[in-house]
Amino acid sequence: MTGMPSEWLRHVVRFVRWYLREITGDAAYERHVARHPGHAPTRREYERHRTAHRDQNPEGRCC
Amino acid sequence: MPGPGSLASRVTTRSVLVWSAVSLAGAVAWGVLALSRGERISAIWLVVAALGSYAIGYRFYSRFIARRVLKVDDGRATPAERLDDGVDFQPTDRRVLLGHHFAAIAGAGPLVGPVLAAQMGYLPGTVWIIVGVIFAGAVQDMVVLFLSMRRDGKSLGQMVRDEIGVVGGVAALVGVFVIMVILLAVLALVVVNALAKSPWGTFSIAMTIPIALFMGFYLRTIRPGRVMETTVIGVSLMLLAIVGGGWVQESALAGAFTLSPETLVICLVVYGFLASVLPVWMLLTPRDYLSTFMKVGTIGLLAIGVLVVAPTMKTEAVTKFAGSGDGPVFAGSLFPFVFITIACGALSGFHALISSGTTPKLIQKESQVRLIGYGAMLMESFVAIMALIAACVLDPGLYYAMNAPAGLLGATPDSAAAAVTHLGFTITPDDLRSAASAVDENSVVARTGGAPTLALGMSEILSGVIGGSALKAFWYHFAIMFEALFILTTVDAGTRVGRFMLQDALGNVWKPIGRVGWKPGLWGTSAVVVLAWGYFLYVGVTDPLGGINQLFPLFGIANQLLAAIALTLATTLLIKSGRLRWAWVTGIPLAWDAAVTLTASWQKIFADDPKIGFFAQRDKFSAAIDAGKVLPPAKNLDDMHTIVLNSTVDGVLAALFAILVLLVIGNGAVVSWRAIRARSPLPTAEAPYTPSTIVAPAGLFTTPAERRELAAAGAGPSEEAEPLAS
Repeated sequence: MTGMPSEWLRHVVRFVRWYLREITGDAAYERHVARHPGHAPTRREYERHRTAHRDQNPEGRCC
Repeated sequence: MPGPGSLASRVTTRSVLVWSAVSLAGAVAWGVLALSRGERISAIWLVVAALGSYAIGYRFYSRFIARRVLKVDDGRATPAERLDDGVDFQPTDRRVLLGHHFAAIAGAGPLVGPVLAAQMGYLPGTVWIIVGVIFAGAVQDMVVLFLSMRRDGKSLGQMVRDEIGVVGGVAALVGVFVIMVILLAVLALVVVNALAKSPWGTFSIAMTIPIALFMGFYLRTIRPGRVMETTVIGVSLMLLAIVGGGWVQESALAGAFTLSPETLVICLVVYGFLASVLPVWMLLTPRDYLSTFMKVGTIGLLAIGVLVVAPTMKTEAVTKFAGSGDGPVFAGSLFPFVFITIACGALSGFHALISSGTTPKLIQKESQVRLIGYGAMLMESFVAIMALIAACVLDPGLYYAMNAPAGLLGATPDSAAAAVTHLGFTITPDDLRSAASAVDENSVVARTGGAPTLALGMSEILSGVIGGSALKAFWYHFAIMFEALFILTTVDAGTRVGRFMLQDALGNVWKPIGRVGWKPGLWGTSAVVVLAWGYFLYVGVTDPLGGINQLFPLFGIANQLLAAIALTLATTLLIKSGRLRWAWVTGIPLAWDAAVTLTASWQKIFADDPKIGFFAQRDKFSAAIDAGKVLPPAKNLDDMHTIVLNSTVDGVLAALFAILVLLVIGNGAVVSWRAIRARSPLPTAEAPYTPSTIVAPAGLFTTPAERRELAAAGAGPSEEAEPLAS
């Protein structure tokens, strides 16, 4: 384990936060900005674009 | 180091000790399951047997498949790396992708099937769920994921067409569409049966629509992209809706939310149509967030509940219905019908569609197919085990009073208790009344479909952890709510996927329909899909013989036949790529699956017993009509005609499924034979080799060797990404 229990706990909290932001897609915009520095859309524009894409590319859900 | 270096490991004393202990624990648990007869055992033994077997299957068998059979190559770039566009293709952290993939494959299927299969006792279901997932279901998911990943994320239908041929390809495409219609209808039927005449459940579920609309507008206009925040608000509102359902039930509004099954069918069809033509941000996406959150949360809760309460199994290990084949929940004997009834959780063909959908386009490294393909399916299998436990902790008398068709049980607790006694189990009318009032329902008699039974079992388990009997009604409706929620999400998404498939197919014949922006085409194809499953849903609701009894086997056969298509593709491709000696890895599951499903199809079509064979059923009732007689459970001649029509449609459908799958298997066999006779491996549509530059761990946890590789590549793990490192 990495040192003190409190340090370990902090790591866990960080991981959970990171995981939730990744899995919900909250972090997608930041990644997009990092990818296209300089000419990135606003968050609003970006999210609209993302939803529009999702509209045309349905994902199945299984039983 | 190129190649599957990350998979390499030395045999250490510690690893030998750990795996010996795991094997021993699993073996002891299996021993208890196998040897206990006539005494009640704790559900913990099922959990230990499952987890021990999964651990061994994952550690040894999936590794063998990855290294020897598929020869995963971490030196080879995945489509996510090669085609990275930040939209469809992008390398995604394996743990995030595992979450997405699991949320996409696991739904109501692994919860409903085991509940119905509990009719045969807990042992057949448990054995099939565990052995099936290790040797068939998880193998299918992993191999299809790998094959699609090597082909830039092509869909199952496309791969069958490219690698097997046009005949197989068209049959697979038609098969997938028809199978999807049946699947949606049966899942919707589960919801209808759970909500009918239950104002509490109906109110809570109805409230998810305004909640989703609110979330959609919030995400679109107020706080774009803040999914986590929106989900927290949505989930809070939803819990409020469950509590509110209890108040509505007691109030004057109760009448407005007490709907007949037929009304619910109309509501669902209208809702399904709207959800598939409206922009996704309004309804579909926010509901998907809610449903995923609830899914993971509830499954976790149930797992904790089972471990804390350690309930005792009240069902026999193997019931008399396993051999006699005349069980009231579904007809037919153990072979083949247990293997049909439990599809999701053991082997589910539908997963092949997900494994050849979004997931292969996001995978970072080839070796991760093991964690994501095999691992996620093991997780789903565990959900199925817990559902089985929840059904088996109920008193068998209560179980049959809930799950036998209404035609057999009658409408009142008295008639139901008499019918259950006739089946050979005991329950008093008062027991039935108190079971219903404990969860604030009007009645629990003939609440078929699995969802109410599971909800009752869950409320039994969860109230043992939190709240005691005071919260029983809340837990029951909580469980109903989450099942209905994610079934409806599946129905929304499925209708949309079906519509796109139909548009795509019809677009080949008449161009405008294929254009996704052309509104009449969009509305027309949506209506066709909705009416198709709506028809079977209506049939299921009105069938005098009991909709679940009639349709669930069809659903299981459909799902397993889809698995046969996926396994045929996998086996053919192993042979085509010169790996005949390993073809048994998917070939044996294929042979088993084909034997099960084709036997079941055969019995459903040709059996003389009218309880099993659709056409025998048709003959029996139409002969009676000619003689002017009314046979129970039909009450009048209209019922008789309904039965004749339904049996004919179901029989024709069962035959159609079987023919489509035989076409694919036949086509696959021809191609395999050609490949065996050819001097060199036949060409496949695999994307050419490109070297990979990404360094990433293969499994859930980063091994010390992988840590060194990461450090050497200068891509040291960021702190938030690797907190559990030891």
